[in-house]
Amino acid sequence: MAKVKGAIKVDVEKCKGCGLCVVACPSKVIDLAREVNGKGYNYAYMANPDACIGCANCAIVCPDSVIEVYKVKAEMA
Amino acid sequence: MSDIKDIIKEENLVYKKTKVLTDNVMHYCPGCSHGVVHKLIAEVIEEMGIQEKTIGISPVGCSVLAYNYLDIDWQEAAHGRAPALATAVNRLYPEKYVFTYQGDGDLASIGTAEIIHACNRGENIVVFFINNAIYGMTGGQMAPTTLPGMPTSTSPYGRDVKTTGQPLVITELIAQLPGTNYVTRQAVHTPAAVRKCKKAIRKAFENIGQKKGTSFIEVVATCNSGWKLNPVKSNEWMVENMFPVYKPGDLKDE
Ligand SMILES: Cc1ncc(C[n+]2csc(CCOP(=O)(O)OP(=O)(O)O)c2C)c(N)n1
Ligand code: SF4
Ligand code: SF4
Ligand code: SF4
Ligand SMILES: [Mg+2]
Repeated sequence: MAKVKGAIKVDVEKCKGCGLCVVACPSKVIDLAREVNGKGYNYAYMANPDACIGCANCAIVCPDSVIEVYKVKAEMA
Repeated sequence: MSDIKDIIKEENLVYKKTKVLTDNVMHYCPGCSHGVVHKLIAEVIEEMGIQEKTIGISPVGCSVLAYNYLDIDWQEAAHGRAPALATAVNRLYPEKYVFTYQGDGDLASIGTAEIIHACNRGENIVVFFINNAIYGMTGGQMAPTTLPGMPTSTSPYGRDVKTTGQPLVITELIAQLPGTNYVTRQAVHTPAAVRKCKKAIRKAFENIGQKKGTSFIEVVATCNSGWKLNPVKSNEWMVENMFPVYKPGDLKDE
């Protein structure tokens, strides 16, 4: 069976920690880090990477356009 | 399970920032709607292949620096005067895609005369009207679009409609003018809304190519700093309080 698997790459130093991607994700993949970036923002990261389906919802709502989205069709046993 | 390293590879890329956006870090507050609208305009310009043919007119307001973020030609107008400047640019370069980008203070307060007359003349431009019901840039003062009872720095007890009138719902006025062909009210608070807004932007730019007159896109937006709410709460507040007054949807499509 083929299953879609996704992953995101956040430009951590440019993320402003607004949290809009967190609520836009249908799979609850993203959370804000406890650590901060150079500007002092709690940046977004994949807290639950296995759940990502590569739908890009997070990326299209991001006001700072700092999310890249990747997607593969993974073969499942 | 595939490893993240195996997924994050060039050939699996499905979404990234458009090249029409520069690499400059936007000065906007975290979560500000301006960034989302900038991105959508840039994506449409890229998809239509009109980067060399597009001229933006930026306003006075938080988006005064929009020219730092979209890699196209720009002019910066005096407060509220973007439609007048767009008129001049469009008449000098009728083959270009000319748009204004204006806040509610810019468009619905100091610039009311310019926008009404440009739309009435049917200037062949797109107008982006970013309505966050407040003067964001100057510290959150009351705008003509501020909601009844809404606190701002100049209406700390809430807008009193007895002395300041009702919110100016200017898009409904604009829709009555024969010069406008497409008038729509959008938002960018959810992925679905963002996709819909992008379609509206595409249609508006295509209308320029067809010389249809003025296309007017209001985006009901948030100013979380001015509203003193976090970005997520601001979107919720917008849905609950702004949408009943500023109803999303098409007002005119000819
Ligand atoms: C002629 C003139 N009057 C007043 C100002 C001060 N001023 C700067 S921005 C602004 C309002 C901006 O509000 P809006 O257009 O809603 O944009 P936002 O920042 O909310 O996006 C005002 C009154 C100015 N710069 N020039
Ligand atoms: S939406 Fe963008 S800027 Fe905001 S937290 Fe997510 S990645 Fe960071
Ligand atoms: S691509 Fe979709 S599933 Fe993956 S993190 Fe973004 S919103 Fe969530
Ligand atoms: S003050 Fe308001 S409109 Fe201006 S950048 Fe901040 S959130 Fe956006
Ligand atoms: Mg405003």
